[in-house]
Parts: sequence; C-alpha cells; structure tokens
Amino acid sequence: MVSVLDRKLLRDLMRLKGQVLTIALVVAVGVANYITLRSAWRALGDSKVAYYEQYRFADVFARVKRAPDSVTDRLGDVRGVASVYPRIVEEVLLPIDGMLTPAHGQIISLPSRGRPPMNDVYVKSGRFPEPGRGDEVLIYEPFANEHDLRPGSTIPAILNGKLHELIVVGLALSPEYVFAIEPGGITSDDERFAPMWMSGTSVAAAFQMEGAFNDVVVRLEPGADEKAVLIAIDRILEPYGGLGAYGRDLQISNSILEGEIAQIEAEVVFLPGAFLAVAAFLLNVVFSRMVTMQRGQIAVIKAVGYRNSTIALHYLKMVCVIVLFGSAVGVAFGAWLADAMLDLYAGFFRLPMTRGRIDLPVAINAVIASLLAAVAGIAFAVRSAVTLPPAEAMRPPSPARYRASPIEQMPGLRRLRQTTMMVFREIWRRPLRTVFSSAGIAFALAIIILGRFGKDAHGPILDLQFGRQQREDISVIFKNQVADRSLGYLAHLPGVDQVDGYRMTPVRFRLGPRWRDSVLIGLPPDSHLRRLFTRQFRPARIPHSGILITDVLADILGAEPGDLIDVELKEGDRGTRQVRVSGTIDEAFGIQGYMQKSSLHGLLREKPTVNTALLRVNPGREAELHAYLSDIPTVQSIHRKRTVLEKFEGQTRKTMQVITLILTLFATAIAVAVVYNNARVSLSVRSRDLATLRVLGFTRTEISAILLGEQAIQVCLGIPVGMVLGTWGAKALIELQADPEQFRLPMLISSQTYAFSVVVILAAAILSALLVRRRLDTLDLVGVLKTRE
Amino acid sequence: MPEPSPSSERSSILSAEDVSKVYQMGDVEVHALRGVDVPLHEGELMVLLGPSGSGKSTLLNILGALDVPTSGRVLYRGDDIAGHGERELTNFRRDHVGFVFQFYNLVPSLTARENIALVTEISKTPLDPREALELVGLTERMDHFPAQLSGGEQQRVAIARAVAKQPEILLCDEPTGALDFKTGIRVLEVIDEVNRSLGTTTAVITHHAPIASMADRVVSLADGMVASDRRNDEKVSPSELTW
Ligand SMILES: Nc1ncnc2c1ncn2[C@@H]1O[C@H](COP(=O)(O)OP(=O)(O)O)[C@@H](O)[C@H]1O
Ligand SMILES: [Mg+2]
Repeated sequence: MVSVLDRKLLRDLMRLKGQVLTIALVVAVGVANYITLRSAWRALGDSKVAYYEQYRFADVFARVKRAPDSVTDRLGDVRGVASVYPRIVEEVLLPIDGMLTPAHGQIISLPSRGRPPMNDVYVKSGRFPEPGRGDEVLIYEPFANEHDLRPGSTIPAILNGKLHELIVVGLALSPEYVFAIEPGGITSDDERFAPMWMSGTSVAAAFQMEGAFNDVVVRLEPGADEKAVLIAIDRILEPYGGLGAYGRDLQISNSILEGEIAQIEAEVVFLPGAFLAVAAFLLNVVFSRMVTMQRGQIAVIKAVGYRNSTIALHYLKMVCVIVLFGSAVGVAFGAWLADAMLDLYAGFFRLPMTRGRIDLPVAINAVIASLLAAVAGIAFAVRSAVTLPPAEAMRPPSPARYRASPIEQMPGLRRLRQTTMMVFREIWRRPLRTVFSSAGIAFALAIIILGRFGKDAHGPILDLQFGRQQREDISVIFKNQVADRSLGYLAHLPGVDQVDGYRMTPVRFRLGPRWRDSVLIGLPPDSHLRRLFTRQFRPARIPHSGILITDVLADILGAEPGDLIDVELKEGDRGTRQVRVSGTIDEAFGIQGYMQKSSLHGLLREKPTVNTALLRVNPGREAELHAYLSDIPTVQSIHRKRTVLEKFEGQTRKTMQVITLILTLFATAIAVAVVYNNARVSLSVRSRDLATLRVLGFTRTEISAILLGEQAIQVCLGIPVGMVLGTWGAKALIELQADPEQFRLPMLISSQTYAFSVVVILAAAILSALLVRRRLDTLDLVGVLKTRE
Repeated sequence: MPEPSPSSERSSILSAEDVSKVYQMGDVEVHALRGVDVPLHEGELMVLLGPSGSGKSTLLNILGALDVPTSGRVLYRGDDIAGHGERELTNFRRDHVGFVFQFYNLVPSLTARENIALVTEISKTPLDPREALELVGLTERMDHFPAQLSGGEQQRVAIARAVAKQPEILLCDEPTGALDFKTGIRVLEVIDEVNRSLGTTTAVITHHAPIASMADRVVSLADGMVASDRRNDEKVSPSELTW
C-alpha cells in the first residue's frame, strides 16, 4: 500500500505539474544530450581506434616522385621506424557514361603476396584482385553505391593515357579514407572520387614504375620521436623527389575525423553539464519555495513523530520522481537522437562503426549525474526542512526582509512608481536568483547561436572563395606542366569564353626552424579568373618579386611581411631559394603561397609553362566542351566549380538544419523552464500581495507588471550575456572543428542569427509568462486574503 | 506538612519542574518561561490560562517535546526527557503525545482520513482512522480535503488525528482560537469527550478565561511564571460554557 506521505508526494507533484514537467524536460534534454554526444563520441572514437588497429593504419606518410625499391631498406633503418611499406599511388580519370566530367580515381597498389602490411583494405563484399590481373580492382564502397557498381561490374579508367575497362571484384573501405577527399578537394564527394586498389605488379606495369615506388607509409615503434623520423625520411627521399613526410595529424582523413571527435568531446563536457546546472537551479527555486510553503506541514509531520530522515527522504523522493521521469524521457530521446546523429555521421565517415542499441553505462551515468545535480539543487531546501524545529514552525514565517535596492537610489530614479519599486526590491532581495536565471537564459540563447552560426560563416566564405577568388567555371589540371601556348588551344575549344592558366609547384616553406609543405602558385600578371584578397577583403596585388602567403601559413612560419623565407623546391633542381614575403592574403582553404608566374619560372629556372588551366565557359555548350577535355591525354583531372559548390553546400546545409532544429528546441526548453518556474514561484510568494493590490484597485495589467517585471528583467539581462557567450562558444568551436591548415571558417555571426536567437528566447519567455499570467485572472481576491501562509 | 500542593494529590504522568526558556533574539534575551513547575496528572483535563505572550505555547511545546527547555527538567513517568536527543524526543512524541494546534495544521494535500492515517501509520496501537472520525462526528466528510472543510471541521479532524494513536497525553494549543463561538464549543465538546471516554490526560491552552470552567484543574501563567494552580470543583460540560 502507498503510504500517506507518498500520497502527499504524488499530489504535491500533480499540483506542481507545470513546474514538474518543465524541469523534467530540461533534465530530459540534458540526459538526451549527454547520451547522444557520448554515443557519438564512443562510436567514432572507439571505432576509429579499433579500425586503425585492425587495419594497421600507418603513422607516417610520404610521397615521392620515384624512388627505387632499394630505398625501402634505408627507410627501415631509420631509428624509431618499425616497418615500411612502399606503394604506388596514381591519379586516374574515370570517364563514366552519363557524367559531365570524368570522376577521379586514386589507384593504390596492392602487394604481390598477402594483404597490405599497413593501411590494409577492408573488403566489404567481393574479394581481393588476383596478383597480376591488371584489370581487377577493389573500389571504394560509397563510390560504388553512387554508381551502382557491384563485384562483376566494369568501369572505364584512363591509366597513363590509355583507356582500360576495369573489373570491379570487390567493394572496400580503408582507414586512409574514412573521410575521403581527393587531392586538392574541399570536401568528400562519393560520386566523384574513388580510391581503388589494384595488383601492384599491374600498377607498376601500367605506369612504368617497375622496381620503384612513389608513396610510402611507415609504422613507428612505440615511443618513437616522430619529428626526427620525418626529418630522416625527408633526407633519404630528397634525391628521389620526396614531397615531404607527414604524420597522422596532417593526414587529411584522420585530421578531419579527429577534429570531429575533439569537438564532440568538448561538447560532452560542457553542454549536458550546463543543462543539468539549469535543472538543479530550477529545482532549488521550486523546492525552496515548496519547503517554505510547507513549513506548517513539515512541522506537524515532525510533531506527530516522523523522523527528520523521513522528511528529508520525502523531498528527495519527490525530486527523484522528477529526475527519473525526465531521465527516462531523456534516455529514450537520447537513444533515438544518438541513432540519428550516427546515421548523419555514417554519411561522412566511412568506417565500420560499432553502434550498440544503447550504451547502458552511459545511460546510467547520465541518470546518476542528473540525480546528483538535482540533489545538490535541493540540498539547501531539504536542509532547512530538516532543521526546522517542530515548535517554531507552528508560527507563520515572519515577513520577508526587504531592503531598498541601490537602483532606487540612483538620481533620477528616486521617483519610481511604487509598483516598479516592488520589482526592484524583489530582485534585490534575491540577487543570486536573478543572476542564475539570467545565466540560464543566456545559456539558452548561446546554444541557439551555436546551432546556427555555421550557416552564417559558410555563405560569405563560399561567396568569397568561389565568387570572388575563383572565378572560373572549370579548372583543368595537367599531369605535368604544359607550354603556355596550350592555353591558346583550350581557348579555341567550343564554349570556352576565357582562359587563364597558372603554374603550381610543390614546395617546402621554411623560416628558421619552422617549416611546412605546401604549394607555390605562379599567377599571370593579368589573372582574371583567380584573384587574391587581403583579410579586409581588399584585392591583393602580387609584386614583381616577392611572395604573398596565406595568413595561416604566415602564422605557422612566424613570418611577417618583409621577412625572407626559404622556398625549398621539389621539382627541377630541387634547390632552395630565398624569397621575400611581401604580404599576406586571406583564403578559406589551404596554406599556399602566390608569386608572379614569371618570377616562379625564374625560381624554377624553367620556360613559361602552366599546369592548371582555368576556363570560363558558355553554359549552353558545356557538355560539348567536356567531350573534348576528357580526350586530352595530358589532363589529370577536371573540376567543375558548380559541382563542388553544390556538394559542399548540400552537405553543410543538411547537417546544419538538423543541428539548428535540435539545439533550438533544447534552448526553448530551458527558456520556458526558467521563466515559467520563476514566475510560478513568484506568483506563489506574492499572490497575497497581488490580491491585496487588486482589492486596493490596481488593474490586472498593473499587477501583471509587478509579477512578471522580475522575469522581464532577468530575460533582458540574459539576452546580451547570451550573445556574448554564444559568440565565444562559436569561436571556441571553430577552433576545435576544422584543421585550420585545411579549411577555415571565418568567425562570423550574422545579425539574422542574433535576431533569430533573441526572437526564439523572447517568444518562449513571453509564452511561459502568459501561461502564468492567466492564473492572475482567476486570483481569488477574498480567498487569498483569508488563507494563511 | 502544610497544605498539600495540588500537584501532589494524584500521580503526575508528565511534569515541568523549574523549567526556564530563554530565546535569543539577536542581542535581546526573551525570557519566555522563568522557573515553571507544572505537573499533568493522569486522566485530568487541565486548562492553561494566560494572556498572549505569557509563555503558554512555550510551556506546552516543551511538555510535548517539540522544544527543549533552557534549564529545568521535564519528567515523563519520572524519567527526565529534557536532556534527550532529537531521536528520543521524536520517539516520545510518536508514542505518547497527541497535538492539536490553533491553525489545525492539516496537510492540505491529504484527505481527512489520510491526515489521520499519517499518524496511525506510525503508531503502535492506533484506532482505525474511520473510528477516530466517528469520535469527532465527521465520518461522512472522510474523503474531503481540508480546503473543503470549515474551520471547525478541520479542527475536529485535527483532534481525531491527535487521538487516533490513542496517546496518553493530548496537548491542545488554542484549539478554538480561530473558531467562532458555536464551533468552538463543538470542538471543546469533542476534547472533553475524548478526555472522559478514553481517559486521555489532556492539556488545553487558552487565553479565554471562561473555558477554564470545563477543566479539572486550571493553571494560570503570567509573564513566564505560574500565577495560580487550582482545582476546579464546579466543572461544567462545554455546552454550558458562555462567553
Ligand atoms: N521562537 C521564538 N523566538 C523568540 N521569542 C519567542 C519565540 N517563541 C516565543 N517567543 C517569545 O516568548 C514569549 C512567550 O511566547 P508564547 O509561549 O508563544 O506565548 P503565548 O503562547 O502565551 O502567547 C513571547 O514574548 C514570545 O515573543
Ligand atoms: Mg500561544
């Protein structure tokens, strides 16, 4: 049988159902948040570790022009190197029927016997190619899915200028391509980029690479000094056209995956904790009031012989009911949301994800954390219930102590209306409550900004990068540099309105001890289709001698305009040249440097050439043009700006919409809970005062202003603080999110985002306030005056 | 021996001996009780009279172990409970004392019957809540919440709650203080009935002198001291009271 005290508990909860529900909702959101983030973190993090381990992901990566196989042993002798695996990696075009421009393949050689000792291939269906079967390939599964390829399908590929018909024998993934971006790309594109694996002897034969390799991956011994290994490898590969070794941190797939994991990790600490803090605060407000209201009851329960522990337990049980209800909803919601989030991730990160239905310890942790927060929240209230002497509680509580607030004493405000004064005094009486309430509102507003600012940053960045900087429609990258006059040939192709070309060469930039591998681009003096801008969006001119570098590269090198930096060439005589930094430019992607094309040729001591052509085309004749372009044997890849842009926007928009929606809902839950609970408690505290005022002739509007004035002030204080908080948070997330050497989101929050967040918070606040205000209409003037506190 | 003091006539079940109570209000010391000796005799109905602020409630609270004296002793069947800890005091209240307060102090979220069950659930020899309500003539309001009852009815429920555990001692602090005359009489009748039919030792506080006529014994307090302690030989039933 339910004890009488428990019956009281249930009825008290029923009476406070609005408050119980709103607080439970905040708990639910916190728990759901925690479960979602933790599940995502675990799924990505654990899967990554297991995947890397099982498929032997390398620690160090290096590309080289052509090194004889004998170099492998020298690399293996480097101190700290555990094992070395030389490979051949080649870019190929895949002219698939129905695609406007050919897709890009990246062929990776397989060893002649057994599985790759590193960066192994996870074959999801089908089998490995037979050694020596030059027409058999494993192909990246997401690409295969996009193109309906299955084991047994064929795919056209241009290998070293010759069209082959390759047979797909299996669909595969690899730890190297968890997030697959083609070289020079800005995002993953399953439709257009395909890593492929082929028998090593066949790759070597097709690309005349017998007895040599052009890519090497290395596993380190535990505790090895990575930096020293990188330097040693560079030294060994240098004579063979090494392009600079790098570790996992600069391996693009890994760095994007780890960036995402780091971001979740930051959020998992901060977000759910903040929700629970809000819930704890609100429980504090509500329970403090309840204990005050129930002084008489508590006293009588004690007087008839109940123990203090029973009283404490009574309130703890009450809070447990709220928290357990909230967490149950939160666990269910969190399980669903985690699943949805992992589905979203599964669209970006291709790795075998271990995703249990729901991680029980995580759910239990969330519930325990919520219980602890709640108990901490009501600790003071319970303490005052326990220490309440049964005799003293028989008297009504003495009138609350008010003081004149300093605000009233400010000159000019002396003649505040009495009703306004009541509001200020109430705030002044409980300054902490105002502080915490405003903090709750600020937090709610901040997370709306966090959910939405990504959109703001993407618009202008795409506009800048693809509207103002890259003005071409199509860029054509050649395998090797071609003479400038080839551009003239391109200009005569159908549909081509304008042609530009530039020379790009891989280099290592160095200043003192700092260095970074990147590319140096030589632009013609009258470059129409590629423009550079400074951070202030002013067009940047390239000086006749000297180099412009992206500001991120300048940061990495610690270089400032006027400094001389070393440019270590990786082509031609591979010499080191000194160049003066004449300025910095702002670009969203990469860390390249720019020079006048003629100066670059000077550095390289070569004749005028280009290796990238930029085309402006007549959209009506684009299809016709592509037929010609794909047939040019010197073309390595063709990029259509519109396709890239649409892919990028499509991916970010979808993610962004989901996140915005969820975080806005979460924020609304907080705002409603804060305003509603404060207003309800304030109504409970002051219904007598307000009824008295009504009796004295005040209108409903006037007493509403007194009741809700306090909440209005809390909201008004919270809003600007929330804007600042959201701005900080956005900054912090940006720093975590993307690898700045790859891609930089500018710190940009639009006025629409600020406005949106303010409107959502205001709407939630006003709605909740109105819910409470409705109760003023039914204020029982006579009854309230009769009831004793 | 000179004239025997009234207190030694019958065996006292509960008594305050030289009890003082000092409240510390900031820098001010309030002497609510100054060396009070008040015994409660087995089965009697005692009325504690005195003006407002004379220390009546303080005394009753100390007798009922709701509060502890600053000095002096509180003897329950010869055992000093004044020095006992919180837990023993709670047990003492639970097992031996029933309280009725001026403002009824019913739990508003519990029905009449449940308010009584609140006590019977933790007592050793309880009445059935329904029996207790019968005693105060309120069986038909059993499932009403306090807000649905008049003041007098609420106070009768409070009395039923106090007697439902069949306490040895019933302590009532201004039970009629918030009630009109007729209702007050009805409540006093119930208290009188309990005292007589169950033999419960009863103390009733009032600042209203005429009520003293229903008592076996009348103790007057003034300014924290016992002003008089006398037997009432012309005990009348509450229905004959006038004021
Ligand atoms: N908790 C307390 N703190 C301070 N003073 C108190 C307290 N309780 C009672 N008093 C004071 O002790 C005196 C006696 O109070 P009380 O016993 O309530 O009188 P009565 O019940 O006779 O009206 C009064 O002056 C009262 O103000
Ligand atoms: Mg009193």
